[in-house]
Amino acid sequence: MDLNPIWLTLKLALITTILLLIIGLPLAWWLSKGRAFYKIFLEAIVTIPLVLPPSVLGFYLLIAFSPRNGLGKWLLQNFNLQFVFSFKGLVLASIIYSLPFMVGPIKSALQQLPKSLSEASYSLGKSKWQTFINVLLPNIKAPLFTALVLTFAHTLGEFGVVLMIGGNIPGVTRVASIAIYDSVEQMDYATANNYSLILFAITFLVVVAVFIFNKYQLKSPIA
Amino acid sequence: MIQVDIEKKLKVYKGNRKLKVTHVFSKGSVTIISGESGVGKTTFLKILAGFNELDNGYIRVEGKEWVNTQTKINLPPQKRLAGFVFQDYALFPNMTVMQHLQYATKDEKWIYKLLTITKLETFKEHQPRHLSGGQQQRLAIIRALATKPSILLMDEPFSALDFEIKQYLMFELNAIFKILGTTVLIVSHNPHELENIATNRLIIQI
Repeated sequence: MDLNPIWLTLKLALITTILLLIIGLPLAWWLSKGRAFYKIFLEAIVTIPLVLPPSVLGFYLLIAFSPRNGLGKWLLQNFNLQFVFSFKGLVLASIIYSLPFMVGPIKSALQQLPKSLSEASYSLGKSKWQTFINVLLPNIKAPLFTALVLTFAHTLGEFGVVLMIGGNIPGVTRVASIAIYDSVEQMDYATANNYSLILFAITFLVVVAVFIFNKYQLKSPIA
Repeated sequence: MIQVDIEKKLKVYKGNRKLKVTHVFSKGSVTIISGESGVGKTTFLKILAGFNELDNGYIRVEGKEWVNTQTKINLPPQKRLAGFVFQDYALFPNMTVMQHLQYATKDEKWIYKLLTITKLETFKEHQPRHLSGGQQQRLAIIRALATKPSILLMDEPFSALDFEIKQYLMFELNAIFKILGTTVLIVSHNPHELENIATNRLIIQI
């Protein structure tokens, strides 16, 4: 069995999770503050990949980044960047697709912290950034871990969006979910089963890890 | 000296109410603030600290304008550095007693003095969830004092303390206020318990 699709899937999930942590943390923090009307629209855009069919998202990304069209053409001509049918494209699509899984739990957790925690820190002369790093972030460890794991697990299982923008190029864009689909198409059920079992085992372990972590972090209000 | 002349609309059940305070607090004074529930006592303290904005007016501290709605001056809380003791303590769950104080100041000698007067030395490695309500309240008080603030705003700061520790702590705190020259504003539902340390009283009315 060719293990390349499994490694590619894990690489994609890891890179997406790291990049989404960098993007998602400040975005969730910013969205958690204030009640400005325009933030509702931005939040809707962040949340849309949760409900939008992945093929729709993939289709629009394919059109937007096609080297024959406006943005894709401009990126290729000016920066020699091509997202369509490349690993970079998979990362970009995964970031957009998994964005709500990172931003949602972090934003909710930040909103549930009492406002007085930030105020107490400000009254000690600490900046917003110092307050975020020293006070807010350490107190949302469990939801942050949940967000990281959900993002990772969600990226492992991507299919529609990666197929649309990445296609099925072995070693480049052929991730595990696409390898399963490809094997089934070729009536090679044994290979499809092997890939499926590995994906099942990885996602199961990841989800169990979240439950174990949260078991020690959270206390039930019921005795 | 703190000169205050402020107005703020407060949202209350089925309507609005106006908080209006015009007062001068002399330097080093200890003022008890009282008034009916919901009159805006906590909001008043939060306006002074810079957590809440006001609709109209000014706050002048030692001649320096902290807020003036006409000239659009509004110093952030970080520049006002008013010590604040929150009614819900607002302790940081991730920090120990010692870390709370070290987050506020680097002056180790001052930290140990504060720990000693509040009898929290033996609990310095404890996180808030391992402290009693009274110990948490004492930690909230010394965290606010750690920066040696010129103004200390306290919202029901002694409510969880028993009589003996309250009397002892008020005596010790009063000595610190005098050394630092701190102007203290204390919101309390029980003004009589503060008679020993209070020099003034402000009643906020509807």
